[in-house]
Amino acid sequence: MAENLQFAFSGLTVGTVYALVALGFTLIYNSSDVINFAQGEFVMLGGMVTVFLGLAGVPLPLAALAAIAVTIGVGLALHRLAIEPARTDNPIVLIMITIGASIFLRGAAQIVFDKRFHSLPPVFGSDPIRVGGAAILPQSLVVLASAVVMVVLLWVFIDRTLFGKALIATSANRLAARLAGIDTRKIVGFSFGLSAAIGAVAGILITPITLTSFDVGTLLALKGFAAAMLGGIGSAAGAVVGGILLGLLEAFSAGYISSQYKDAVAFLVILAVLFAMPQGLFGKARVERV
Amino acid sequence: MSVGAPATQSRLASLWRHPLASTAALTALVAVTPLFLTSSYHYRIAVLVLIFALACVGLNLLMGYAGQISLGHAGFMGIGAYAVAVGPTHLGLPSWLSLIAGAALSGLIAFIVGRPILRLKRHYLAVATLGFGLLIAIVLTNESEFTGGPDGMLVPRMTLFGWTARGTIVWYWVAGISFLVGARLALNLIESPTGRALRAIHDGEVAARVLGVDVARKKLAVFVVAAVYGSVAGSYFALFNGHITPDVAGFLRSIELVAMVVLGGMGSIVGSLVGAAVLVVLPQSLTFLHEYEHMVLGLIIIGIMIFLRQGIVPTLAAAIGGRRQ
Repeated sequence: MAENLQFAFSGLTVGTVYALVALGFTLIYNSSDVINFAQGEFVMLGGMVTVFLGLAGVPLPLAALAAIAVTIGVGLALHRLAIEPARTDNPIVLIMITIGASIFLRGAAQIVFDKRFHSLPPVFGSDPIRVGGAAILPQSLVVLASAVVMVVLLWVFIDRTLFGKALIATSANRLAARLAGIDTRKIVGFSFGLSAAIGAVAGILITPITLTSFDVGTLLALKGFAAAMLGGIGSAAGAVVGGILLGLLEAFSAGYISSQYKDAVAFLVILAVLFAMPQGLFGKARVERV
Repeated sequence: MSVGAPATQSRLASLWRHPLASTAALTALVAVTPLFLTSSYHYRIAVLVLIFALACVGLNLLMGYAGQISLGHAGFMGIGAYAVAVGPTHLGLPSWLSLIAGAALSGLIAFIVGRPILRLKRHYLAVATLGFGLLIAIVLTNESEFTGGPDGMLVPRMTLFGWTARGTIVWYWVAGISFLVGARLALNLIESPTGRALRAIHDGEVAARVLGVDVARKKLAVFVVAAVYGSVAGSYFALFNGHITPDVAGFLRSIELVAMVVLGGMGSIVGSLVGAAVLVVLPQSLTFLHEYEHMVLGLIIIGIMIFLRQGIVPTLAAAIGGRRQ
């Protein structure tokens, strides 16, 4: 029992990060149909910039804010310099561009920072809290609470502001949105910035638990992507549920089957879900036009 | 397009359109290239180009003709590579038999996973193939008793009738002839009714189905063929290198293969060779940048997708005036 609770805690923590990455995917996908494989690099940048500004003597809260700002800048640059000039909606081309961007950012991080693992001090110390025989790190609670706050803020923003409504209109039908006077280019750019911010926050929060290095982004992006797929891409609720489900699945299979194969189990489950429900858990079936 | 020479241009164009033009051009290229290779290092690069071109021909059938993407194609290269490493080392099979067994295994796996995977569309297809490729890489990394884990393993040299394939020049001809055979077979496939059916699928799946094309079966067939091409290329890669790590099946490799196909030209067999040549030679000539290597690779991929996504060969072909390949 205590063991299961322990797996659930660690799964929930990791799953929250996957959920945030998946949410970032969903935002960009909805506004522009782009699958952004550089989403994991946003998470990496959040953690790494904070660490290195911290090492340079900047107070951590300030360093974290600066890291979020830097990552937003990278997200906007990705849209402006790589996605926009392509002028295409061919999914293969767009996927390859973001993969190129992810390789580029990883290469740049390796030079600007270094190749070692880094950590950040947890917000509320590192004494585990005992619950029913299992231990949970205070930082895990911070991750969970922040994720909930972010999701709520995002929901309020999208549901209650004019800008959010423009975002919904853009994702529903870009051409119609443009005809209604919405600057869809600005909206798409904005979604890249917002996605980058979400990724950076996730990266800063998770670094005290999982450490960070220049190459953590790849696997995070793949898992986040998988989580978004699991939930049905394009659905924000699906992204959150998919991420948490994936985290739990991983934690339990690492505990009960094999920790070496925990990544494999995640992808196996995703393949199984795609085969059984090709639209994901929350996705809608699409009718193909000839 | 020059205005002055319509006669020459149309002659050139009709030559370009001749059914055997691609085969002749490729054969000439493979035969003449050694004249310009002056060192064993040059030969080494040329062999790598030919091996990757072989894998690209298979992937191009899938991407360029059937219109399906695979972000996990290096997985099949990995199966082929480890077949010729594990077969002789652990099972006592000769290398050539291991190569065939690897190709058969790749084909079988493609046959089994192909049907459910190819039912998926666009992004879902991308994530499924990606997940599949990663699974193979994870298995190769974790089964260290057989595969040596992340450090990889040595690959025994291939011996046929007492003759051992060693040396870059020998490998040039092995790879060159295999590539030509592979390219010719692919061209045959394209010109067969199956090839026409594949193009119909590319242009519109529902339309193809309405016209009586068994879409699922054709897609599956081309997926199996592409897997076998990848597996054979992977086997050659392992035998030529003499050492192999799970990187051969990795995500980055799969991305490189897709970039090669797009750069050379989707749906152009000649393009597969061109794309492989550029993406093998370019990083080699950029080694002086060593620590900037990844940054440059990323920029190259972005650049190709923005500026050259029609592919080099189709662009040139359009410029010459012919529309063939």
